Formats: sequence, structure tokens, C-alpha cells
Amino acid sequence: MSTQTNSSGESHGSVSSYLIGFVLAVVLTVLSFLVVSTHSLSPTGTLAALSMLALVQVLVHLHYFLHMGGSSEQRWNNICFVFTVAFVTILIVGTVFIMTNTTMHMMSR
Amino acid sequence: MAHDTTVQTAGHDEHHHESPVVFGFWVYLMTDCIIFGSLFAVFAVLRNQFNGGPTGHELFEFGGLGLETALLLVSSITYGFGMIAAHKNQISQVILWLGVTFLLGLGFVGLEVREFAHMIAEGAGPDRSAFLSAFFTLVSTHGLHVTCGLIWILTLMVQLMGTTEIPERMMNKLTCLSLFWHFLDIVWICVFSYVYLASMI
Repeated sequence: MSTQTNSSGESHGSVSSYLIGFVLAVVLTVLSFLVVSTHSLSPTGTLAALSMLALVQVLVHLHYFLHMGGSSEQRWNNICFVFTVAFVTILIVGTVFIMTNTTMHMMSR
Repeated sequence: MAHDTTVQTAGHDEHHHESPVVFGFWVYLMTDCIIFGSLFAVFAVLRNQFNGGPTGHELFEFGGLGLETALLLVSSITYGFGMIAAHKNQISQVILWLGVTFLLGLGFVGLEVREFAHMIAEGAGPDRSAFLSAFFTLVSTHGLHVTCGLIWILTLMVQLMGTTEIPERMMNKLTCLSLFWHFLDIVWICVFSYVYLASMI
């Protein structure tokens, strides 16, 4: 079954696309749990693996469940999304950078 | 349909554009994303400030976390099936899938409340350390969103009962709730990865 489209050209998924997304999400979630419970990687490696798995799973959810895509109908949604991702990245990276730097200078760590 | 022609005419160039209601809701979700981003930043800064209290390693366990994650993930796909039924105008199916989604979401909130109650009873409440304050603020904000989603699901189920077709206005409501529900699942991915699993390494 291919992806259904309504009169506005907006894609809203099909049973098979939801199932593909669900299976991918389950596999990625189980991998995340296994990486931590088996202690097979170093702490830094585990954190890196967790970040990668979380990023991929967020992308899977955005594509299969929120139906984000590159069609012209979704242009404004995508512009908003890119702005928010940039904003949140600056917010989190900036906060962690400044606060780590402060604790270093105050020698509280 | 007649009531929103005035609003929609501005968007009619070559295509029929996505409803402005759904786009407006998307913008709201993006602002919600900034709230969660701020709370994640707070947690990232305070995650090692235990003040002699319990660490994440001692508090979190795989079983409960796995069950919560599974409930939320399955509720995502059941809501998706509800949306497919809505596009086919099968109202009884929509109500059924919304009901299943509601029960799964309720299970999630129930488990989370039980976990919080257990932690507070053990003396690991939000007042114990900066780490726990950040943890409770972040996770309960997500839980509060899920609770609002549950109320919303119930409201739409009641509104759908006894109707024979789904008008565009109702479809917009279902689409907005779909975005909200899947968005909360994405936030939960970040919560179980960075808050729970990263503390259990």
C-alpha cells in the first residue's frame, strides 16, 4: 500500500507506513536499553551510542508518525521546525558551555 | 466548510493549502519544544548535583522504565490507526482506537505517578537535591502534557459519539491531537535516553 494523499496533497500515512515506523522505533528503543544494560561499551561510548540511537529514533518518529517531508505544502512547517531546532540547540549547548565554564572558574568541581 | 472560507481564501493560489488551524497548532508545538529544551538544559547542568542524596543509578530501574516506554510507543501507533480510520470516515473504529490510546496513556500516567510516589516516600522527593528537582520538573512537565492529552482524547471521543460523518472542523481537531500525541512520544525518547538511561550507565 503506498502513502495515501488527500485532496490537499498532504500525506497522512497508511497502515504499512505506521507499522514500518513502529518496528523501527521498537528496534531502536530495545537497542538503547541493551547498550546500557549489557555494559558492553565504555561510559563515553555508551553515551555516544545513546545519543545516536535517540537522534535516529526522533527522525523515524518525525517521518513516519508526524509525516514531515519536503513537499511544498509543508514549507512553513519545516521553516518553523528548523528555526526551533537551531534555537533549542543554541539554548542547550550554550547553557551547558557557560555553566561548565562557571563551575571550572569557581573550582566547585 | 462554509464557516472558514473567508480565512482560507488568502491561501488559495495554486493548491488547497493545509488548514491554518493545524499550522497554528504546529507553531504551538514548536514553542512547547523550547520549554522542554530549557528543562533539558537545566537537567544537563544539575545532573551531578546530588548533595549526598541518591543518584540516578540507585533510583531508576529498567522494568518500570521499559513498561512506560512500551505503553507510550504502542499508544502512538494505535492513535495512528485511529487517524487512518478517520480518513476513511469509520467513526466507530476511530472511537475504538481513541479508547485504546486513552487506556495506554492512562497506564503510562499511572505508572509514572506510582514511581513518583515511591520515590517521595523513600525520601527522594524534589526537595532532596538539585538533581531531583530538575528530574521532577522535567518528567512531571511531560506527564502533565500526557494528562492534558488524555482529557483531550476523552473530549473528542464524546464529541464523535452519535455522529455519522467527520466534518473538516473535527478532522482538524483529530489532526492537532495526533501531532500533540506523537510530539509527546518524541519528548519521551529524549527523556528515557538522557534522563533515565544516561544516569544508569
